[in-house]
Amino acid sequence: MSGGAVSLRAQLARAERLRRWRAFGLVAPLFFFLIVVFVAPIGDMLLRSAHDVELRNVWPKTAAALAGWTDRAHVPDEAAFAALAADIRSAKAAGTLAVPARRLNYAVEGGRTLVFNTQRKLPETADKWTDAFLGADPRWGDVETWNAIDQAAGPLTSFFMLAAMDRQMRADGSIVLADANRRIYLDVLARTFLVSAVVTALCLLLGFPVAYLLATQPPARANLLMILVLLPFWTSLLVRTAAWIVVLQEHGLVNDALIGLGLIERPLRLIYNRTGVYIAMTHVLLPFAVLPLYSVMKGVNPVYMRAALSLGARPTVAFLRVYLPQTTPGVAAGGLLVFILALGYYITPELVGGASDQMLSHFIAYYTADTVNWGMASALGALLLASTLALYALYNRLVGPGGVRMG
Amino acid sequence: MRLKTLLLAAAALAVATGGAMARDLTVVSWGGAYQDAQKKVYFAPFTAETKIPLVDEPWDGGVGTLRAKVQSGKADWDVVQVESDELAVGCEEGLYEKLDWAKIGGKDAYIPDAVNECGVGAIFYDFVLGYDKDKLKDGPAGWADFFDLKKFPGKRALRNGPKTTLEIALMGDGVAPKDVYKVLATPEGIDRAFKKLDTIKSDLIFWKSGAQPPQLLASGEVALTSVYNGRVDAANRNDHRNFGMVWNGALYTMDSWVILKGSPNLDAAYKFLAFVGRPENEAKLPDLIAYGVPNVKANALINPDRLKVLGTAPENIANAVLLNTAFWLENSDRLTERFNQWAAQK
Repeated sequence: MSGGAVSLRAQLARAERLRRWRAFGLVAPLFFFLIVVFVAPIGDMLLRSAHDVELRNVWPKTAAALAGWTDRAHVPDEAAFAALAADIRSAKAAGTLAVPARRLNYAVEGGRTLVFNTQRKLPETADKWTDAFLGADPRWGDVETWNAIDQAAGPLTSFFMLAAMDRQMRADGSIVLADANRRIYLDVLARTFLVSAVVTALCLLLGFPVAYLLATQPPARANLLMILVLLPFWTSLLVRTAAWIVVLQEHGLVNDALIGLGLIERPLRLIYNRTGVYIAMTHVLLPFAVLPLYSVMKGVNPVYMRAALSLGARPTVAFLRVYLPQTTPGVAAGGLLVFILALGYYITPELVGGASDQMLSHFIAYYTADTVNWGMASALGALLLASTLALYALYNRLVGPGGVRMG
Repeated sequence: MRLKTLLLAAAALAVATGGAMARDLTVVSWGGAYQDAQKKVYFAPFTAETKIPLVDEPWDGGVGTLRAKVQSGKADWDVVQVESDELAVGCEEGLYEKLDWAKIGGKDAYIPDAVNECGVGAIFYDFVLGYDKDKLKDGPAGWADFFDLKKFPGKRALRNGPKTTLEIALMGDGVAPKDVYKVLATPEGIDRAFKKLDTIKSDLIFWKSGAQPPQLLASGEVALTSVYNGRVDAANRNDHRNFGMVWNGALYTMDSWVILKGSPNLDAAYKFLAFVGRPENEAKLPDLIAYGVPNVKANALINPDRLKVLGTAPENIANAVLLNTAFWLENSDRLTERFNQWAAQK
């Protein structure tokens, strides 16, 4: 092999490398953008649902003492009580006692008061801290109180994930259902999926004829119709939702018109209930169903329909057996898009729904902003993410990867 | 309203962060008619007197918002008006500056409820029973009537969530205002409250922001609703409504001003709080919106006609109950779960 060939190869390799770097340089902004605004926050959220060091940071001695607590049928030994006494005193001095008090309150009813009252009643010194604690509050003699501290002591905890699934872990390690009064999240998750499924079905039912019309009209008219589809798409979500309140309320346009026409005597309940949620969400999400359907239908060659009809198929049969199967990718893409967008809906159900129509995002917002229980908010977010991914995997198996092509 | 202010705040934020590094004193309040009133009596006169530029923004509440801002290390707000539970939790967590009372007139200048190590009272306001006098000639007398579907047919509205809802249910069931939290502290009391709510469940809707109840009354969506007294007064004066309010069993609470920890405008923030705290300035607020103010000398300067629509007027506070912050701090999560479970049952 001559020297010239080697240098040519090296030159080629360098050119190739340069091109690759340039390509990377072009995608780098998007790549970093995704890392910063998408991957990192979701990673942080998932971490917070299982990683909990708040209590550990304020009560380090107690956390260490409880690491050796093996006899879960009885409360820990004197050393743990003494450690807690020291931790409570130093936390009080540092002004951080509220942190473990809040954290304990998640698991123990009245946990906040328990911590603050105990702090007030504990003596400066004690021969036997166990007795001092029991004197301050009998709940210190309950293994479940200590179990709660142990679970909160982290650094890893299953507490939030279990709570998000209406479960709790007892001191003996068994996992049981949460108190009947607190069991809501699995129902809310089911509700979230039900609302999303109904909205998806409505969007496909209403969107299909619209997309068909768009795809079969001459271009000039189709463009005009397309603007009508897109117009609400460009309007703020809040404005559209607020408009539905005006339209659907007790003395709104719909009810007044129906009463004026003599069709009903009393106004219908169209808002602040599930009906309102379905109507408003379907309206908001409709373009997401129409656009993929349209793009697929544009590509359907009309000769197949003509051939089916000229070979003697009835119009319905020709539609069902020849046209409809060719639009499946559009139905699948539009349906999936609407369904996944609907799962995370917050503002619309908040404004037009009732108290029993709130979806999981309502509770995520509640825990994030109202009570700052970020562990619980993260666990609910993780629950929603995991169930969405599971459903998507199932969908992919059923429809196949070809089904989600956008046209 | 809450959501709208959130979006407005986000937009304002985008504009604000686009500006220079040294930003102006940023004061955050609750938006709507209330913030409009504050602009007239506090924000604009403050800048006129001190020549300190001031930006005001609305927010949506939630101590999580403040925690995220302070923990990020570059909070873009300085002075924030917070509700009482946000005051308590944020103060415990160290999100606010500990106030130097000497800089804002001393503790004695304010009524005792308004003095906190992290915050100074801004307004006192009430959840009252509101109705439209044009539609109901003989209005309700108290929360018992709120639950009387025969006497007052039609839908009614309460604030979404257990807070205020459970107190109102107990008072509707005959519990005296002063005993409400004693009863609510027991499991039987909570059961009793939900049982009372069951009696009007199919006619009960829930509002989410303070601007909604007057709209619900105005559109005829509901016959009775819990409503902030200030919103009723604003609707009557600005929109020529004829809404009535019942002070019997009113739930009152207080908002406070806090300074976010690490504010780069600390000095200006204190000057602002000192300006707002002066009795002659506070006394101007009730002329525009019906909130009581905390300076001990302010009530004497308030027009007697206006004092009548304030929760701090002696006859209005007589049978009112102070919202118990400590109770809700401890029980909010649990009772919210219970409330949503109750709501989901048919």
